[in-house]
Amino acid sequence: MSFLTLESLNKEFGDFTAVRDMNLTIEQGEFISLLGPSGCGKTTTLQMIAGLLPPTRGKILLDGKDITKTPPNKRGLGIVFQSYALFPHMTATENVAFGLEMRGVAKVERMDRARVALDQVKLGQFAHRYPKEMSGGQRQRVALARALVIEPPVLLLDEPLSNLDAKLREEMRIELRLLQQDIGVTTILVTHDQEEALSMSDRIVVMKDGDMAQIAAPLDLYERPLNTFVSDFVGKTNLIKARAAAGSQGQSVVIVDGHADTLTQNLTLALPGEALIEGESVTLSIRPEKFLMSKEGPGHKVEVQASIFMGASWLYRVNSPMGELFVTQPNTGAAGYAKGDTAYLSWPDDAVMLFSEAA
Amino acid sequence: MSAKALDKTPFLMTAPGVIFFIMLLGVPMLMTFLLSLHSYDFTTGIQPDWTISNYIEVLGDPYFHKIFGRTFGLALLVTVICVLIGVPEAYVLAHLPNPWRSVFLLVVLGPLLISVVVRTLGWALFFGGKGVLTMIASGLGFGEEPVSLMFTFTGMTIALVHVLVPFMVISVWASLQKIDPQSEDAALTLGASKLTVLYRITLPQVMPGILSGSIIVFALTASAFATPAIIGGRRMKVVATAAYDEYLSTLNWPLGAAIAVILLVVNIVIIVSYNKLVERRFAKVFE
Ligand SMILES: Nc1ncnc2c1ncn2[C@@H]1O[C@H](COP(=O)(O)OP(=O)(O)OP(=O)(O)O)[C@@H](O)[C@H]1O
Ligand SMILES: [Mg+2]
Repeated sequence: MSFLTLESLNKEFGDFTAVRDMNLTIEQGEFISLLGPSGCGKTTTLQMIAGLLPPTRGKILLDGKDITKTPPNKRGLGIVFQSYALFPHMTATENVAFGLEMRGVAKVERMDRARVALDQVKLGQFAHRYPKEMSGGQRQRVALARALVIEPPVLLLDEPLSNLDAKLREEMRIELRLLQQDIGVTTILVTHDQEEALSMSDRIVVMKDGDMAQIAAPLDLYERPLNTFVSDFVGKTNLIKARAAAGSQGQSVVIVDGHADTLTQNLTLALPGEALIEGESVTLSIRPEKFLMSKEGPGHKVEVQASIFMGASWLYRVNSPMGELFVTQPNTGAAGYAKGDTAYLSWPDDAVMLFSEAA
Repeated sequence: MSAKALDKTPFLMTAPGVIFFIMLLGVPMLMTFLLSLHSYDFTTGIQPDWTISNYIEVLGDPYFHKIFGRTFGLALLVTVICVLIGVPEAYVLAHLPNPWRSVFLLVVLGPLLISVVVRTLGWALFFGGKGVLTMIASGLGFGEEPVSLMFTFTGMTIALVHVLVPFMVISVWASLQKIDPQSEDAALTLGASKLTVLYRITLPQVMPGILSGSIIVFALTASAFATPAIIGGRRMKVVATAAYDEYLSTLNWPLGAAIAVILLVVNIVIIVSYNKLVERRFAKVFE
């Protein structure tokens, strides 16, 4: 049986629907990310689970019990807010001990447990500092310790890493994930950073304008997005407009129209899959790193327009028969292509994803 | 540009303000202080001598002790009442939905737009022997005897609280605006009841606002003149009205000046030490 269930959860603000028919079942110990662009309803969903915002319709079940109407102080969930929301007038220890105090834990014990929780997030020596005297990363960890010390059944994280600098963010991703696996706490992470979602979650819920666009494990989501929105939002991709042509059994054939400005001709591609209705507009999606680029063929002739060195890889913008494409090639130590070079581009058949929708 | 080179611009730009203050505040204060060091004779007026006899007289006279005691007692009481009224008022105001919030903020701050004298005269009409208070009391069956709060400590307290409560509200309001509302949510999710959130999370965070509001209210009450003059009158003198009387009734300017200087010094001492205390308590917690 699932541990946390959202049943057709809806939230409306006036006539604006922030979250629409959210259905989600989460297993105990699972790490779920809510991923989506700004304003898609992630925080709203999290706040409904926390009990800080009443849903307009729908139900929330925790461990089989309906908690839809339970006030937040009776739910006992641990939450880390985007702004951390530490109590500025309390030291780190007092912040962490607050939840225990509310549970009637005796002073000596709660101070001990607060200290252990702070050690767990490697803040032992900052126990007596006030939030103002700590860095962003340290505050974030106090907030985490404060949420974890009450041993909540579910941990809710609202963009907890977004205020940190890039390096610290990457470190905290790993630390947070290891800590979560260690404790085994069921976790919901809200983020608009697809890398964060991909690297930390067991499953990702992609949201768009209050709807769930796809729920899948990170690799599935990346390799088999259900629509152009997901394929574009999760990872980088090239979206190419095309139209379907008559195909034979087990094969779809699409035509990518030539571009007048690059003086290319129509390109016909045969892809594995069902035959399409002739004339329908479709969208192809190819991830930049799936391309193979070589000096001499095989493949389509392209011209390099821009070349950016990224350390581990090269990023090129090329003019191809399919229009402008982004191509990523691993850095092998040799010099990359320069602006104006010609090269040949090929890709494995299964690198092309076909969506029967116009981009 | 070297850091050592003296840049004249800031001095030039502040000069008009500085000159203005020196002429209109600094000079009169210095003159008051010098005046307080002369003695006074009822037949020949202010003497050209230098003496501290005025200070000795004020500090040694039980009559003045009573006035000083009353003034600072009044200031303390008004401050406490302003805290008790102003803090909840600001809190409720901050939690009103928006059109109402602006409307009520204006209502609360409205009295500040009316002259102190006009407001106080309003209270005098209300408090007086044939005033509204008497009519209400007799209407409620408390007898026909006139109820008057004129020339009483209570009357003065009420009128001053009315005048000064907006300062407390503004000060607490400013503090409330700075609170992260999510810190209250966080406390809720950690299991605190709404009441606990109020006195463990919200109140401590607005403490700096309450304390600075208190300083303002205390200082303004201790040096208040118009309200005590109208409501308190001759019978309920405070330091400011006593100094005024020395100047205008007794014509003993040096003694009046000495009273004014002592009031200023005591006020400064109280406020500065209070501020030190507050700063030491909150330096680590708030910016
Ligand atoms: N109290 C409110 N009244 C009206 N609309 C609201 C309210 N709260 C949120 N919304 C709207 O609901 C939508 C979803 O908001 P939400 O805060 O859940 O976004 P989000 O996905 O968390 O975005 P972000 O990544 O920017 O934090 C937004 O369009 C927002 O404008
Ligand atoms: Mg959000």
